[in-house]
Amino acid sequence: MVAENTTKNLSITLRVWRQAGPNQPGKFVDYQSKDLNPNMSFLEMLDVVNDELTLKGEEPIAFAHDCREGICGTCSCTINGKAHGPGKGIATCQVYMRAFRDGDVITVEPFRATAFPIVKDLITDRSAFDKIQQAGGFITARTGSAPDANALPVPKPDADLAMDAAACIGCGACVAACKNASAMLFVAAKVSHLGLLPQGQAERDQRVLAMVSTMDALGFGNCTNQYECSAACPKLITHDFIARMNRDYLGATLRSAFKPAPLGTGGGAG
Amino acid sequence: MATLDSKIPSGPLADKWRKHKVDIKLVNPANKRKYEVIVVGAGLAGASAASSLADLGYKVKCFVFHDSPRRAHSIAAQGGINAAKNYQNDGDSVYRLFYDTIKGGDYRAREANVHRLAEVSVNIIDQCVAQGVPFAREYGGLLANRSFGGAQVSRTFYARGQTGQQLLLGAYSALSRTIGAGLVEMHTQSEMLDLVTVDGHAKGIIVRDLVTGKIERHSADAVVLATGGYGNVFNLATYARGSNATAIWRAYKRGACFANPCYTQIHPTCIPVSGDYQSKLTLMSESLRNDGRIWVPKKKEDRLKAPDSIPEEDRDYYLERMYPAFGNLCPRDIASRAAKRVCDEGRGVGASGLGVYLDFSEVIKRLGENTVRERYGNLFDIYHEITAESAYQVPMRIFPAMHYTMGGLWVDYNLMSNVPGLFVLGEANFSDHGANRLGASALMQGLGDGYFVIPYTIGDYLASQKPGSRPKPDTAAFTAAEQSVGAMTKRLLDNKGKQPVSHFHKRLGKIMWEHCGMARTKGGLEQALQKIPALREEFWANVLVPGSADTLNQSLEQAGRVADFIELGELMCRDALTREESCGGHFREEHQYPDGECKRDDEKFGHVAAWEYQGADKTPLRNVEPLNYEFVKMSVRNYK
Repeated sequence: MVAENTTKNLSITLRVWRQAGPNQPGKFVDYQSKDLNPNMSFLEMLDVVNDELTLKGEEPIAFAHDCREGICGTCSCTINGKAHGPGKGIATCQVYMRAFRDGDVITVEPFRATAFPIVKDLITDRSAFDKIQQAGGFITARTGSAPDANALPVPKPDADLAMDAAACIGCGACVAACKNASAMLFVAAKVSHLGLLPQGQAERDQRVLAMVSTMDALGFGNCTNQYECSAACPKLITHDFIARMNRDYLGATLRSAFKPAPLGTGGGAG
Repeated sequence: MATLDSKIPSGPLADKWRKHKVDIKLVNPANKRKYEVIVVGAGLAGASAASSLADLGYKVKCFVFHDSPRRAHSIAAQGGINAAKNYQNDGDSVYRLFYDTIKGGDYRAREANVHRLAEVSVNIIDQCVAQGVPFAREYGGLLANRSFGGAQVSRTFYARGQTGQQLLLGAYSALSRTIGAGLVEMHTQSEMLDLVTVDGHAKGIIVRDLVTGKIERHSADAVVLATGGYGNVFNLATYARGSNATAIWRAYKRGACFANPCYTQIHPTCIPVSGDYQSKLTLMSESLRNDGRIWVPKKKEDRLKAPDSIPEEDRDYYLERMYPAFGNLCPRDIASRAAKRVCDEGRGVGASGLGVYLDFSEVIKRLGENTVRERYGNLFDIYHEITAESAYQVPMRIFPAMHYTMGGLWVDYNLMSNVPGLFVLGEANFSDHGANRLGASALMQGLGDGYFVIPYTIGDYLASQKPGSRPKPDTAAFTAAEQSVGAMTKRLLDNKGKQPVSHFHKRLGKIMWEHCGMARTKGGLEQALQKIPALREEFWANVLVPGSADTLNQSLEQAGRVADFIELGELMCRDALTREESCGGHFREEHQYPDGECKRDDEKFGHVAAWEYQGADKTPLRNVEPLNYEFVKMSVRNYK
């Protein structure tokens, strides 16, 4: 139980990446943090350290966070070399101090990728993800034009698989974990979610083509099948979706190459 | 004194919205692109409004403080969204959803608004499915439903335990599409710090770019606030840490009335507090009450025993005992107070004594662990991460926590505040939930407001504004607002006190939880009204905000928000003190029936209290909008 399993409090050394701004040099700085309750979350530990820094007249560590329950995708620390730190299927905000031992040195860095420039300390700019979504990560359904929700049955296995893919929280851990800083898992999750549903068929080809080309243009690398992305994913999204996306991409590329010329541009229309 | 004309259409309840849509003015398609609309917030209400307005042809600018519009806290809603589809053939209807919501709100919401909400609920599900929201389905491929508190039908649509996430990502995808098409200009990491009014109309906002610290002015023909609720006044809440009241509070200070601030919802099923360092409380979805049974030991001396060592006959399934008809599915305010009562009696479990069991052993025995895992797996996982306990083996321990605010800026039937041109959607307004919100109704309201109400009603206002008449951002009103924002920032940074911002937030939270939480008294509220102004003075005398204004500065962001929370907390206590009755989430100990139920006073308080700012250190003015119940009889809620 929460209060009951309290063992000994711990003291740790925090080795944190400090960087004042996007184009400034950064470096690791050590901070001591003492007498921490193991039931404290990792971010609550940072809160405590920050209040101590504030009182000492130093600038607190900037870190991204919001919901603190693993769903908004804002928090994004690489802890001891692992995106979102120790533990499987969790985000940084769901790491608890009980995962560490007394005397540990804990290294904390931002998610590192060319496409995610550092804004300050542990905060990166992940707007590239939004740009990929804007390129095609949607089903065009203008408000008010929808048919009755039950008019189109969706087989349960398809709906369940679509939901597995849709669980992506857009945190970017897949990119941070990949040696190529590839966004393939992120893009594949959205392509699969929408492509598995009957509603998503009309734009299926153009969606995968647009999202992949935008991903490439934004400086993300390619997939070389190491699957670090799935291992780091706080929602355990499987790399199988990458294979699905590749298939979709290949098919869409072929179909677009052999697409008949649009009406009115060909001859013989009379 | 503010004019509060609710603009509720005349005629039969079921015809009001239809008739109103015919009666209100339209903006012709060619003129729509001449109007600019600012939408602040991109949660369910903001994102759905921004994309829908853009699709209509308006020029839309959308602002969020997050780094992406996909992060708003709507994303954390777990359980589901209500809609009167009656797909289960169990007797549901628009009227029944309307009635359940009015009753659930303890007869303190507007009939016409709630009926409209029930009407559009069916369109919301259609819209979301068309966008590709992967709702749970039955084996035949049709949509599945579950039941939720305060209802005796199964009308809740869900996507595992991540319904809010999926609905938000649906709205975000629509918003992304309109951004990609150049129809919406998106401003992320931009926090609204003031509302600009020109000749009494809302015509723009002042924002701070949270990365560069730059203060920007934006003008528009209308401003839509969809900035969420103010539960973080309590510091510990199920809200995201960044959720704040600054946009609505600064709008209040520019003349928008704040309605029923004391109506707050304490959610019965959250993970209990474990220590002083705690930054937030985590909700366990109400959907768990479908299958989990809530109990405490009958005898005080059993409270620290292992739960499985307590035999059936020594357990008190108190909700099933007190409310046999609704049992564990009674409304949230009732379930929360019942938990408080058994803990006050000394029967609360866990070291702190502030907890009750939510037990799944019966359903696991009946349906097997796999079925339970399929239904609630992710919630059990969250519980395990936080507590290191498996709810498949031992009962969860839960306790009520601050979760939602029914109060908010006053709006009329068009969702326009008393400041013309200022619209308020979703949790930020006060209109649809009365004194208590039923589960799975917040998502419904956010999307209803954004997809199906504001696209119609904003035209009624814009049609009265000459196209192209919006003021330029270099006019005096904008300069003055920017200066006041700059002055506050400077004051915070120059203060150089001795305590960090969190110190004051924690103290405010404790005052609010103690005096303006689940049970309130005249004496307690009067004390709070002494303590909060003192805290405010201390804040401004002693707060320490490091860093500078021209860079990313999270301490500065938080300082401004907490300064607003302190002022808003005072208004909440003032409202709670004035409302000499109990209703829904507002429970005054002086006003209860012998069995501990809320005792309303419809004659004296069958109205909305809308507070109007009168200036710093002046008592705000309490305006009243009477609630005319034409179709439903205000009665004592009965869930027995």
